[in-house]
Amino acid sequence: MVNKDILLHNSRQFGTLIGLMIVTIVFWILSPYFLTVSNVMNIAEQTSINALIAVGMTFVIITAGIDLSVGSIVAVSGVVMAGALQGGLSDALGILVGLLIGVTCGLTNGLLISYGRLPPFIATLGMMSVARGAALFYTEGRPISGFSQGFRFLATGELAGIPAPVILMVVVYVIAHVVLKRTKLGRYTYAIGGNEEAANLSGVNTKMIKTIVYGISGLLSALAAVVLTARLNSAQPIAGMMYELDAIAAVVIGGTSLMGGEGKISGTLIGAFIMGILRNGLNLLGLSSFTQQIIIGSVIILAVLIDMGLRKDRRFTQAKGIIT
Amino acid sequence: MPDDIILSMRKIRKTFPGVLALDDVDFDLRRAEVHVLLGENGAGKSTLVKILSGAHRKAGGEVHLFGERIEIESPRQAQQLGIGIIYQELNLVPSLTAAENMFLGREKTTSLGLIDRKALRSSAQSILADLGLRLDYDRPVRDFGIAQQQMIEVAKALSLDAKILVMDEPTSALSETEIRQLFGTIRRLKAKGVAIIYISHRLEEIFEIGDRVTVLRDGKCVGTKNVAETSKSELVRMMVNRELKEQYPRQRPPMGEEVLRVQNLCRRGTLKNISFALRRGEILGIAGLMGSGRTELARALFGVDRIESGEIYVREKLQKITSPRSAIDLRIGFLTEDRKSQGLVLTLSVKENITLASLDALSRLGFINFRSEAREAGSYVKDLRIKTPGLGQRVLYLSGGNQQKVVLSKWLCSKSDIFIFDEPTRGIDVGSKVEIYQLMNRLTAEGVGIIMISSELPEILGMSDRIIVMRRNEIVGEMPAEQATQEKVMHYALGAS
Repeated sequence: MVNKDILLHNSRQFGTLIGLMIVTIVFWILSPYFLTVSNVMNIAEQTSINALIAVGMTFVIITAGIDLSVGSIVAVSGVVMAGALQGGLSDALGILVGLLIGVTCGLTNGLLISYGRLPPFIATLGMMSVARGAALFYTEGRPISGFSQGFRFLATGELAGIPAPVILMVVVYVIAHVVLKRTKLGRYTYAIGGNEEAANLSGVNTKMIKTIVYGISGLLSALAAVVLTARLNSAQPIAGMMYELDAIAAVVIGGTSLMGGEGKISGTLIGAFIMGILRNGLNLLGLSSFTQQIIIGSVIILAVLIDMGLRKDRRFTQAKGIIT
Repeated sequence: MPDDIILSMRKIRKTFPGVLALDDVDFDLRRAEVHVLLGENGAGKSTLVKILSGAHRKAGGEVHLFGERIEIESPRQAQQLGIGIIYQELNLVPSLTAAENMFLGREKTTSLGLIDRKALRSSAQSILADLGLRLDYDRPVRDFGIAQQQMIEVAKALSLDAKILVMDEPTSALSETEIRQLFGTIRRLKAKGVAIIYISHRLEEIFEIGDRVTVLRDGKCVGTKNVAETSKSELVRMMVNRELKEQYPRQRPPMGEEVLRVQNLCRRGTLKNISFALRRGEILGIAGLMGSGRTELARALFGVDRIESGEIYVREKLQKITSPRSAIDLRIGFLTEDRKSQGLVLTLSVKENITLASLDALSRLGFINFRSEAREAGSYVKDLRIKTPGLGQRVLYLSGGNQQKVVLSKWLCSKSDIFIFDEPTRGIDVGSKVEIYQLMNRLTAEGVGIIMISSELPEILGMSDRIIVMRRNEIVGEMPAEQATQEKVMHYALGAS
C-alpha cells in the first residue's frame, strides 16, 4: 500500500512534468523560434510575476483557503509604491512601502478569516474590491510612470545572462520550498489544511498561522507588483486584473488540492511555467488573445479533470487501506 | 429450514491490489432473522456488505437472492432488489425534512410537475407509524439527534420496500436509551419479516438482539453459530484465535499524589459545579448518558471551551487553561472521541501526527530537526507497536487501533502526564482494545493520571479505579470501582431514585 501511495503521489507530480514537456514539444515543433535561449529567458521572465503570486496562493490553498484579492493587491501596492518613489523616497524605501501595503492587505484578509471567522472566499472577495478601489482612488484612475534606472534594474537587469526577475523567482521558490518542508510554519500549514480542528487540539495556533499565510500571499503579490512596475516603468491602478485566476490555475495545475492539506511548491512552479509557455507559444503562433483565452481555459479544466481522475484512484486506495 | 433462506452468498472472493480481502466466504440469511457479522477491523465485514450493496464488485463466487442467481452491479440495483444499507456515516441531507429525505429522488409529483407534498407527508407518516416511531417528519433532519436520524434512514429503506437491511455498527454513536429504542425498532422489523445483517463490535449486543452470528477473520469465514448456543468467550476466540483471559486487564498500581483538582467548574448550559480530583496512577472513569456533559467537561479542562467560573489546580497550582496550547504546556493530553475528525490529520504521516503537538521542542529557530523528529516518533512506533510500513505512511491507511496509538503517541511525545481519554476504544476491534487497556495500565504504573470517559459500562467498571457519574451537566454520583455495578451506575445516570 505504501508503494502504491508513493507511486500515486509521484505520478501526480510526474503528470504535471509530462504536461510541461508536452506543451514544450508541441510549440517546439510548431515554432522554430520557441526553444531559443532568448525566448526561454523571455518565458521565464514573463512567468515570474504569476509564479511569485502563485507561491503565496500555494500556501493559502494548502490551508484549504483561497485568495481572490492578489490581483488587486498588485495594483494597490504598485501605485502606492510608485507614488512614494515619485514623491522622492529612495528606491529601497519605496519598495518597502509597497511591500508593507501588500502585507497589510494580506494580514487584514487573514485577520478577517481567522478572528472574524469569514469564509476566505468572502473576505478576499471584499479585499479584491477594496484594494482595487483604493488603487483607483489613490491615482484618480491614472497610471504613475517613469522611475529611476536603479529601480528599473529589478526588471531589466541581468546576472550572467539571467534576467533579474527570474533570479528573484528562483530565490523565492527555494525559500518557499524550505519553509513548507522544513519549518514549523510549513508543517502547521499542511496540518491546518488537513484537519484544522485536530491541529487546534494539538496546540497549533491555527488562527495565527492562517493570518501569517494570508500575509505571505499579500507580501508576494506586492513583490510581483515591484517587478511588474519596474518592467512597465509604470504603475497602473488597473494592473493585475484576473491575476488571481492565473495564480490559482498555476497552483491547481501543479497538483495542489483545493481541499487543502496537500501540495508542493515545485508543482506550482511547473504549473506557472505551463501557463507561461502556453501564453508565449500561442503568441508566437500568432493566435489572437481571444483564442488564447479559450485554449488556456480549456487546459485548466483538462488539468483539473485529470487531477480528479487521479484523486478518485486515491480514494480507492483509501478504501482499500481500511478494509473492514 | 433451507427454504427460509432468502439470501445466500457462496464462495465470495474479493481482492484489492496486494490484499485478499475476502477468501471464499459463505454467508446466508434467513427471513426475519438478525444475523450478526462479527470480526476484527480488517476481517472483511464491510467488504462483504459492500459487495451486497453494489459498492464493490466481487472477484468470484455467487449470490442468490430468493433462489435466483443475481449479479449486483450498482447501489441503485441493490436498492431495487430490496437490499437497504444503513452506513455508520448517515446519508441524509441535513437541510431537508425527514419526509423529504425518505423519498429523496422518488418524489411523487402533481400534474403541474410540482412535488406532491400531501402525498409525501402521508406516505412518510404511514411508514413511521408502521415502525412505531413518533417523530415530526416536517422538521429538517439536522434538528434530529443521531439516533433519530438513523431511524429516518431505516424508514427510508423500508419505504424502498427493503427485505434485507444491513446495519453497519448502528449503536456506535448511540446512548444506552437510544440503543433500547433501536432494538425495539429492530424487533418490529423482524416481526414484519425483514431480515437484518447487523455488524457490531459489541459482544453484549449480539446476545441481546442477534439470532445467528457469523465470524470473519482475515477475510475468511470462521463459522456461523446460533447465538443461543454460543458464548462470549467462544466468539472472542473465533475472532482473534486466542483466548482473551481478561477483557479488562486492569492492574491497580499504588496511587501517588494529586495531579489535578477541579473545583466548582461552571459553564452555562454545559457544566454545573463540577468538582473532583485525580491522583497519579489513577484511572478516573466518567460515566453518563450522551449529552450529560462528559465531553464538555473534557473540552473545558483542555481549554477548548472557556469556563465561566471555578478553579483548576494542576499539580497543586492554580492554573488558567485558556487554550489547548496552555493545556498541553501543563502536560495534559486529550484523546478525543472522534479520532478522524479531531484527533488526527489524516493527510499527514504517522511521524508528523506524533510530533504535531511537540514541534516547539523538536525545532530550532522555526526549523524542524528532522533527525530528532524521526528518532522521537520512531521510538513511540516501536514502543507502542504501531503497525505501519513506515514513519512516512499516512495515518489514513492505519487501522482504528493503530490510529488510536498514534494519537496516544502524540500526547506521550508532548510529555503529558494527565490524560483525558474520551471513548478510548470506540470503533476499535477486540484485540486492539486490550492493547489500549494495557497501555493505560502502563501509563498509570508510570505515574500518569487518567480521566476516562466512556459509554461502555463494562469498560468503565473494568478499567476505572474510581467512577464519577454525570447527569445533566452535574456530577450525581461517585464511587470506588469495587462498589460499582452496572445497575448502580445506570441508576445515577438515569436519575432514577
